[in-house]
Parts: sequence; C-alpha cells; structure tokens
Amino acid sequence: MGANPETSERDKARLQWRCRRGMLELDLLLEPFVENVYDKLSEEEKQQFHALLDFQDQELLECLMLQKKPEDGRLNGIISKVRSTV
Amino acid sequence: MSSSIPVRRFDTLVIGAGGGGLRAALQLAQAESHVAVVSKVFPTRSHTVAAQGGMNAALANVLPDNWHWHMFDTIKGSDYLADQDAVEYMCRAAPRLVVELEHAGVPFSRLDNGKIYQRPFGGQSQNFGGDQAARTCAAADRTGHAILHSLYQQNIHAKTHFFDEYLALDLIRDESGYILGAVVIEIETGEPLIIEAKATLLATGGAGQIFRTNTNAHINTGDGLGMALRAGIPLQDMEFFQFHPTGIAGKGMLITEGARGEGGYLLNKDGERFMERYAPNAKDLASRDVVSRAIYTEVKEGRGCGPNADHVMLKLEHLGPEVIQKRLPGIRATIQTFLHIDPINEPIPIYPTAHYTMGGIPTNRYGQVVAPLGNTAEETVPGLYAAGECACVSVHGANRLGGNSLLDIVVFGRAAGNHIIEFLEENRYHRPLTGDSVDKAMARLARWDQKGEGESVKQVRDDLKKTMEDYCGVFRTDEVLAEGVDKVIELEQRLENARLRDHSKVFNTARVEALELENLMDVAIATVCSAHARKESRGAHSRIDFPDRDDERWLKHTLFFKEERRLDYKPVRMKPLSVDSFPPKARVY
Ligand SMILES: Cc1cc2nc3c(=O)[nH]c(=O)nc-3n(C[C@H](O)[C@H](O)[C@H](O)COP(=O)(O)OP(=O)(O)OC[C@H]3O[C@@H](n4cnc5c(N)ncnc54)[C@H](O)[C@@H]3O)c2cc1C
Repeated sequence: MGANPETSERDKARLQWRCRRGMLELDLLLEPFVENVYDKLSEEEKQQFHALLDFQDQELLECLMLQKKPEDGRLNGIISKVRSTV
Repeated sequence: MSSSIPVRRFDTLVIGAGGGGLRAALQLAQAESHVAVVSKVFPTRSHTVAAQGGMNAALANVLPDNWHWHMFDTIKGSDYLADQDAVEYMCRAAPRLVVELEHAGVPFSRLDNGKIYQRPFGGQSQNFGGDQAARTCAAADRTGHAILHSLYQQNIHAKTHFFDEYLALDLIRDESGYILGAVVIEIETGEPLIIEAKATLLATGGAGQIFRTNTNAHINTGDGLGMALRAGIPLQDMEFFQFHPTGIAGKGMLITEGARGEGGYLLNKDGERFMERYAPNAKDLASRDVVSRAIYTEVKEGRGCGPNADHVMLKLEHLGPEVIQKRLPGIRATIQTFLHIDPINEPIPIYPTAHYTMGGIPTNRYGQVVAPLGNTAEETVPGLYAAGECACVSVHGANRLGGNSLLDIVVFGRAAGNHIIEFLEENRYHRPLTGDSVDKAMARLARWDQKGEGESVKQVRDDLKKTMEDYCGVFRTDEVLAEGVDKVIELEQRLENARLRDHSKVFNTARVEALELENLMDVAIATVCSAHARKESRGAHSRIDFPDRDDERWLKHTLFFKEERRLDYKPVRMKPLSVDSFPPKARVY
C-alpha cells in the first residue's frame, strides 16, 4: 500500500467498499476487521486478506464459518484472524 | 441544465443487479435491446445471494399441488391485502420459471427419481387450507447464489452493459412526467454521469437497514424507494414490514425456523416456555408475527434475559449433539462464529429482527409504475418500471410467505422486461432532456461538500435506526407511533445539519453513506407515517389499540407521498385473472 497518507486512505476506502457484501454475516465479519485490524497486518497477511475478498460471497461465508476449507491452505491463518475479531 | 456532465445513452436502464434486475435485463438483452445495468456493488454481491431457503412453485413433485392452492396460500398469508390478479399471474408462472432456471444451469436439489426436490415451508397447504404442502425448490442452501450467478453469466453472454460500483442518485423526469433515465456517480472517481434511457427499471431491493436490528446486508438502504419518492411517486403499503421472530439478539442475523421445526423452543428469564401461553396449539411454531409479538411482550413486561433483560433464549441443547450437528450445522456455525458459544451446550439469545419490505413502489403486474397522478388511481408513469423487493405489485400484501420472494423477483423481473420491449416499440426515440431533475440531483450531491461543524452521518443514522426499532417495531399503538413520527421528523431536520469531514471525490465512501442515509430517512418517514395512519391490525402491522383486522374500513392499499407527507388510499384488486376471487376470511392456522 502507498506510503502517501492520501493514497493509503483511499486504498482503505476502496477496501471498505469491497467488504460491503450481499450478506449481513459477511458485513459483520469483514467491516470491523478492516476498521480495527487490517492496518496492523503484515504485507503477506494483507495480500491474503485481498485474496479472501476475491471469493464469491457464498464461498467466503462457508470458509469464514469453517464449514469449508479454502483450496489454498495458506489462507487458514487469515481466516482465524478474521474470526477472532468478531 | 448542467451541460458539463457526460451522457451515455441506452434503450433501457436497469438500476439494481439482484435477481429482479438481472432477470429483466436478460429478457431485454436477448431481445436485442441496448440495456445498461447499474449496481452499487459488484452484481454477484447483491443481496439475492443471501436467500438460502428456496423458491416456491407448485410442481407437485413431493406432495400433490397446483398453482391455485399456491394462490390461495399467498392471498391468505397476505391477510387479503395482495392484489389477486398479480398473485394468480405469479403462481401460474412459477413452475415454468423454475424449469427455465434449471435449464439455465441452476442446480436444484433432486429426488431419487430425478425430479426437483421440494421442501415444506410455513403457510403452504394442499386443497385450500388442508394438509401441509411441499412447494419450495432449493439448490441445497445456496438457492439465491445459484440463481444470481446463472443470471449474471447469461447477461454477460447476451452483452448486457454493466456499470459496476456506480451509485444511482436520482431519476430524471421531464415536465410531462416521462422518466428519461438517471443521474449516477462512479464510486471510484466520484464523478457524475447521466444515463439516458427510453425506459428505466428500478430493482434496488429492500430497506431493512431502517431498523437497528435486521437481517439485511448493509447495502439494503432502500435507495430506489427514496428515488421514487423524490420523483413525486408515492410508496405503497410501507407500514407492512416483516419481522422474523428469531434473530440473534443485538446483531440481527437470522436463525431459521428450522431450529424450532427440529424441536427448539423459547424461554424467558424464569425458564418458562412462554409460547405455551400465547399459542397453546402451535406454540413455538406459531406464525412469524405471533411469535415476534410474544417475545416483545415478555421483554417489555420484565421477563427478558441478560443483564439488560432485553432478549429471550432459544433452547436447543435438549435435541442432543447429533441432531444439532446433522440437521442444524449452519445455525451452529453462525452461533459459534458470532457469539463464541456452542448451542449444543448453551441457549441462544434471541430478539425479533426486521427482515422483508412488503411495501414499495406501486406497480401493476407488467412492472409498470402506477400512481394516482392524473385522473385514476393507477395511472402509469411513462418510462418507469419497478421489480423485486423495491416494488409493490402487490403479491405479498400485509405479510410475505417464505419462498415467495425469489419467485416474485424472477416472475416480475421477466414480466417487466417483456413489457419494456413493447414500450420500446412504441417509443423509438429518446425524448429531449428537459426539466430540472439533473440540477436537483447535482445539488443533492453538492450539499455534502459543505464544510464546517455538524453532526456525523453515523450519529444520525444510528439514532434513526434505534428510533424506528423503538417506535415502529413489532408492537404499535397510536401513542408510540405518534411519538415515532415526531422523532423521525426531528431526525430529518438534524440530517440537514450533518456534515462530512472527508470532501475528496475519489472513493469517498463516507459520501456514499450520506446519500444512502437520505434514502433511509425518506423510507423511514414513509413507514412510520403509514403505520400511524392504519388503525387496524393486519399481517405484519399489529396495533395493540386496534387488535383486529377491519376489512370494512381498511381493506385498501396505503399510498404515501413525500410532498407534505400526504397519504392516499386505493382499493385492493380483488378480481383474479381467470378464477373466482378469494374473499377475506379470518386468518387462522
Ligand atoms: C437472510 C435472508 C434470507 C432470505 N431467504 C429467502 C428465501 O429463502 N427465499 C425467498 O424467496 N426469499 C428470501 N429472502 C428475500 C430475498 O432474498 C429478497 O427479497 C430478494 O433477493 C430481493 O431481490 P432484488 O432483486 O429485489 O434485490 P437485491 O438482490 O437486494 O438487489 C438489489 C440491487 O440493487 C443495487 N442497488 C441498490 N441501490 C442502488 C443504487 N443507489 N445505485 C445502484 N445500484 C443500487 C444493488 O447493488 C443490488 O445489485 C431472504 C432475505 C434475507 C435477508
């Protein structure tokens, strides 16, 4: 993410909009995470979070509720982090 | 007219990319119409993805059934406020549309004999009120997701033009009342754009966000309803908002009826199974409105649980770990994720949650927006259509049956598409862009550039949602509603003094939220004013001071106009298309 505070603020806003999903459950999982935790993540974890946001809503919900394992096992860590902030 | 704003021209503009908007767009694109779809979020993130239960159609694959029984159940469920011509049209079309969706790739769950599986839902009967029917078709528990994805792919294939992450601000209307398209902004850049169209369809979904506790995604802010009101079009039957009895207390997420269907029951702080008092026969499985009111009463009379005595408990432990793990895995996962408790060991805190907007933009069964703007009660607004949860056809009347909404959006999305095709044949040219709507929309946008001290959008929004919950919730009286009207009007004045701190254009989500709040405010006022005026109890609208349905005075649709907050009424269409009318009867289950 850019070092310029203006740019990083915009990037954050963009990220917040990507967390607006079609299901309340996802809104409640993702929005507070971006608000309170995202900035403290490592670059690698940030990338993983972005990868999660590319999922379709239904699949994302199933992964975040541990009803399904993501195909990419490296995402398990970020999934637990998102879960632990609710 | 602000001439500096870029203009794009299409035959049809569809605002909203949920199941309703996409079904209409598909019909149009396949007929070679040049169609644009605008959506504030990526289309497959529309709220239709949340519909897991299924879609009703009288296929008779599991138990005997026919569309006429489905029609009866829908009208009875609506507490006789539904328009019977529209209900007949929907129930007759249902089997064909399910088959059509299946052919388009929606993977409906199947029976061993290869036919589509159907599950029983509340309010479904055989033979006009007899034994339980099984009418709901489901693609496992991802029906909405499957329908939305299939429609999206088909639209891409048919070359529908998508404006993803564009927010529609307001309709453009000329002096003679024609709707000519809309002013939208690209969320990414914050730049406005005029989309001109010969026909415009509103398909922006519901408005559950007017209440603090609700089951809806945060995007459900009733934008299309606000746009209609500001264009001088009334909203119909807004007092009818469906509350689901079992939401997670304080959070709103839905715990489906399945939990009680499997044998779960509700307890108050004394450990009493209180539904036995309110509904001695059906108990915890009584209809949604009855259970919601019972929970409210327990809490109000001091028998609520928790430190603030503000909820009741849903007990599942007695079902045993096996039943819970096998039949209610989704509910268990939700509880574990959000409450960090396991329903195998502990009861779930529950409170009623706002779920579905029965009211909306008045339309006929072709999706044309109709209003008493000229000489008759149902004059069409030329160039304007509405479909889906934002529309009021009305097939749900005072209370929607589970599984009828996914049906509604595909049936009337398609019907609107078909009618627009006819309309376009008679209206071959774009009308000149006149009138002051573009300037008004731009002024609405510019207002948020004002700098200086003022309340935050969040504060006003939180107060509005709390006020609606406290003063226009499941339990209504003249006194409470009158206070509610005053309080919401006060909030509307406070909104005028709200200010944004962030005035940048690029990805300014704070500005988007401010514009959404204006819609929530308009919708909330329509809701509380309509509720205050209706002095009877019918379906989801229940008044302690008028506990009975009053067909003599109130078998009619409410129409609320923004201007002067005026109310008007129009008759219910009691005459179906081909069968006999179902006259109002007591609604007992
Ligand atoms: C938790 C839950 C479960 C449900 N389960 C079922 C079920 O099992 N069966 C059933 O029949 N019904 C169910 N429903 C109801 C059903 O899901 C909805 O009524 C239906 O999906 C609404 O579809 P729609 O096309 O009208 O709107 P939506 O799917 O809500 O789409 C609205 C669209 O409008 C767009 N939009 C809104 N405002 C703007 C704007 N200003 N500018 C641009 N675009 C905008 C959005 O981006 C979105 O694309 C459920 C509802 C909920 C909340």
